[in-house]
Amino acid sequence: MTSLPKERTEKRLGLVIDLDTCVGCHACAVNCKEWNTGGYPAPLTDVAAYGAEVTGVWLNRIHTFEAGEGAAGRTVHFPKSCLHCEDAPCVTVCPTGASYKRTEDGIVLVDEDMCIGCKLCSWACPYGAREYEADGGVMKKCTLCIDRIYNENLEETDRVPACVSTCPASARHFGDLGDPDSEVSLLVAARGGYDLMPEMGCRPTNKYLPPRSHAAEATPALESAAPEGGFLGWIDRVLSR
Amino acid sequence: MHPAYSIIFFTTASGAGYGLLALLGVLAAAGLVRPDLGLGLAAFVLGLGLVTGGLLSSTFHLGHPERAWRAFSQWRSSWLSREGVLAVATYVPVLLFAFGWLVLARTDGLWALFGLLGAAGAVATVYCTAMIYRSLAAIPQWHQPLVPLGYLLLALASGAVWLNLLLTLFAVPVSSATLFAAAACIVAWRVKRIYWQRIDAAPKQSTTESATGLGDLGPVRLLDMPHTEANYLQQEMGFKVARKHALRLRSIAGWGGFVLPALLIASQMLLAQSWAGMLAALLAALLVSLGSVVERWLFFAEAQHKVSLFYGAKAV
Repeated sequence: MTSLPKERTEKRLGLVIDLDTCVGCHACAVNCKEWNTGGYPAPLTDVAAYGAEVTGVWLNRIHTFEAGEGAAGRTVHFPKSCLHCEDAPCVTVCPTGASYKRTEDGIVLVDEDMCIGCKLCSWACPYGAREYEADGGVMKKCTLCIDRIYNENLEETDRVPACVSTCPASARHFGDLGDPDSEVSLLVAARGGYDLMPEMGCRPTNKYLPPRSHAAEATPALESAAPEGGFLGWIDRVLSR
Repeated sequence: MHPAYSIIFFTTASGAGYGLLALLGVLAAAGLVRPDLGLGLAAFVLGLGLVTGGLLSSTFHLGHPERAWRAFSQWRSSWLSREGVLAVATYVPVLLFAFGWLVLARTDGLWALFGLLGAAGAVATVYCTAMIYRSLAAIPQWHQPLVPLGYLLLALASGAVWLNLLLTLFAVPVSSATLFAAAACIVAWRVKRIYWQRIDAAPKQSTTESATGLGDLGPVRLLDMPHTEANYLQQEMGFKVARKHALRLRSIAGWGGFVLPALLIASQMLLAQSWAGMLAALLAALLVSLGSVVERWLFFAEAQHKVSLFYGAKAV
């Protein structure tokens, strides 16, 4: 049934993405592709992988934005994957029941054996979280690495989504956003985590942490070296030319 | 949005077919047409042909057409599923109505009821088609109250113009049906014009700032795409070609596809049963079909998806 869970799911697993520390290395996207092309939503096919116009399915993509003007301007790397919305419009539009939101943890999944590849869910999602795999004729999306987070064959520390485990800057956090005392919830509260496109009313589970303001800790101007004569003075004069 | 030819053909052809069948049912139930065998054969073959051809064409864009039957299951939540269920259900009264007309030569009593039920099913199916688009908040140009009305009026207008051609060819003049065809074209044109004005005037609700949440830092602009080549999202939702010619295409669709057919049909009433009258009716039918296709192409091509905000659009 592609109706959403009637009650707000008690457990709401999701990601918290720190835009302050993300360095835009794309490692999370690469590890996502690596894990998932052999995992639950496999395969994530690339079409014309060595051709001029390569295209393929990625469940996580890193955009890079510039925000602010002049000296206040900064580059913000912006990873984006499925936000596992509470009011997921991609679920209710599905005509076959292939698209569903789990009541036990809020994860939004596609049952590929039921998917007819009508693409309507990708039209319904304002975030572009769903991608069509032309080769297999079905929709693909982030599973929150459902085959890792509950996988008892993995060490407990590895039971996190592939993107989280690989991030070298610890910019990605995984946890239960339905539990106000969880580490991720406390992080969101402390750093002012926010929703993307709140005006769409999808109530995304994933939260983004804003880049910290660096205005307060602006570097003071360099002291004048003012070397008086001698060798250093000569260097200063040469370099000041 | 990428205008897929299979969906454009499906929505315009099935719209015209449903419009034709609905009007035929109403005309017969009202006793305005007699169950003439030639007219009936032509109308049912054309109407059911357009509907069936359209429905089949709609499965061409599916990744797994062989699983299309699964789409009948989620009618409680999905407009696409409701459309599928109603499209199939509508065949029942329409085929019974056709049986009464063609085999028993009767369109009264119970057979008239089947005609009316078929008309109701046709209208409901077109409404569901429109609601698939109307319900998508991620595409502001579709998330408009006038979308279902536009779909219904275009289906009625194109169906009425084709039915008018058949009535003319089989020399079964029904002046009310002819008048209705001309009027439906004009009303459809007016509603589309209001729709176009509204989508042009509608304020853009989402911006790159709201999409990224970075507005506090100042204006936000895309610096780098995730990948060097265009991906599925850009190909499917980032269609830009038509907007350049949107205004000209709107005029072509409006004047050529609706006003001119209405004038041709009006002139046909003066020409009565003549070769010129038939020619006018034929020309009107061809023009209204062309107009519907251009209108539907624009409906897709002018629609902007919110995901474009992550790929360089400033506001959607």
